[in-house]
Amino acid sequence: MTDRAHVLEALGTVFDPELDEPITSLRFVTSCDVTAGGDVAVRLRLPTPQCAPNFAFLMAADARDAVRRLPGVGEVSVVLEDHYTGDEINAAVGRGEGFAGAFPGETEGELDALRELFHRKALVARQSRLCEELVAGGATPEEVTARRVADLPRDPGARRCLELREHLGIPVDDGAPAFVRPDGAPITAAELTHWLRMARLVRTSLEANGGICRSLLAVRYDIHDPEEVAAA
Amino acid sequence: MYEKDGEKYFVMDSHTHFWDASPANWVPGAEEYAEGWINCFHAYQGLGPAETHWTIEDFQKYSPERFEKDMFEDGHVDVAVFQPTYLKEWYTTGFNTTAMDYEMAQRHPGKLIVNGRFDPRDGDVGLKQLEEDHAQYGLKGVKLYTAEWNAGSRGYKLDDAFAQPFFEKCIELGIKNVHVHKGPTIWPLDKDAFDVSDVDKVATRYQELNFIVEHVGLPRIEDFCFMATQERNVYAGLAVVVGGLMHARPRFFAKVMGELLFWVGEDKMLFGADYAIWEPKWQVEGLVDWNYPDETFSDFPAFTTESKKKILGLNAAKLYDVEVPAELQLSNGGTPAAQEDAQLVESGA
Repeated sequence: MTDRAHVLEALGTVFDPELDEPITSLRFVTSCDVTAGGDVAVRLRLPTPQCAPNFAFLMAADARDAVRRLPGVGEVSVVLEDHYTGDEINAAVGRGEGFAGAFPGETEGELDALRELFHRKALVARQSRLCEELVAGGATPEEVTARRVADLPRDPGARRCLELREHLGIPVDDGAPAFVRPDGAPITAAELTHWLRMARLVRTSLEANGGICRSLLAVRYDIHDPEEVAAA
Repeated sequence: MYEKDGEKYFVMDSHTHFWDASPANWVPGAEEYAEGWINCFHAYQGLGPAETHWTIEDFQKYSPERFEKDMFEDGHVDVAVFQPTYLKEWYTTGFNTTAMDYEMAQRHPGKLIVNGRFDPRDGDVGLKQLEEDHAQYGLKGVKLYTAEWNAGSRGYKLDDAFAQPFFEKCIELGIKNVHVHKGPTIWPLDKDAFDVSDVDKVATRYQELNFIVEHVGLPRIEDFCFMATQERNVYAGLAVVVGGLMHARPRFFAKVMGELLFWVGEDKMLFGADYAIWEPKWQVEGLVDWNYPDETFSDFPAFTTESKKKILGLNAAKLYDVEVPAELQLSNGGTPAAQEDAQLVESGA
């Protein structure tokens, strides 16, 4: 039997592809209702009515897919509120169609390439945080780049790195290098300092965007403005 | 001019507006878009200090007197650059046209610079209009929205073949500053709208022009920075960075400023208040008072009095050939908007 807690847990696995944060911690889930019969109604909201339709679509479609995978679930409805392309997105998501179904003639295909591009950015940003912790702890570039997957900490940040690697087709076995380029090649000791400079910028960009999104959401829906947080 | 602790700062706001988004100006049938647009801007104002927030009615349309007070009397601004945003599909007389800006500028000779615009999808008609606008307004710069809709098209790229005659025309006319706004909903919708690779290509091709990427390419600061380090004539427009982050997200503001100073450099950053989204007063005063919050930022470039003077006004004054009184120049005899800074930053990375 599906209950609300399970539905929320499933929604917590849906990430804003651009910010690499769960839609639940971003407070994009307005409401989540589950009937006694297991029918689920989810409403989503975004920081502005003009948020990019491609990312908005991915979050709505991913939310629907995540809830539909729950055992014993009944009818699932996911509705994006107050968005300038909300009607198109909601209709396509309701029919189980892809992005091209929502915007016929306005797209050259589905959003796989876009998703992959942002998975790469997210992986760079996540790895930089783990690397910086090691460097701050006194590890040399040689020691950092010698790390294997098995050496990664057991925390949500590292787990998300591995998830992103799986999405990108990069090996995640224990013996694989802990820190890789988006094409899967290991980061070398010689390039670590420069790579970290670039990676930190990518991370700052994601974090700052997340900050602006949170601020705008708080203004739009008159909710308490949360503290500055880095991606969980 | 702003004076603090014995230092005097020439203030040039490189990004300001004088708009009319009142309901009387909404195009019948497009009210939803017209209202949505101004409401969205108004939400951004919410990221500034509470005491600077306006009612939506005030925000939809403000008087010349209010503009003058906020800009020149209270805001410390010496010279401001108007960036037009036409949006005639939604606003009957335009949201903020060059003509509206020009009328305002006439009231303050020498203090308000009027930028034009063009849309390369308008072809020969657009080229002719650009010539006429230049003849009438004496343009030194243009503002481009690559994501603007136009007769069924949802956007274009600066390196599209049909855009090239426009850049050549700018060079011919002496319009040397090209402000580029990257925004959402560019066609096709399945691509990321904020790609700046087209700026890279035209900046390389047209060395005579300066390309100012507004809002530092937000939300793709990283792509902007990686591109800007490679181009001597690409600049960072700070509108939204200061207004949207300095008060609301001070820690992220510090990181973004640090990264911009590192990758782009203090000679390539231009202050812009983005009035009337945000008033210049608190932004100018805040930027002069600002420094990194703690020692965890020690490996970013220092933010010195010289940096502030360049960013707040001297860089933009150089790009727009604005005369700056001798007492407000850099005290160390340095040159603002130095283009070789890009190479220095790159080799330092």
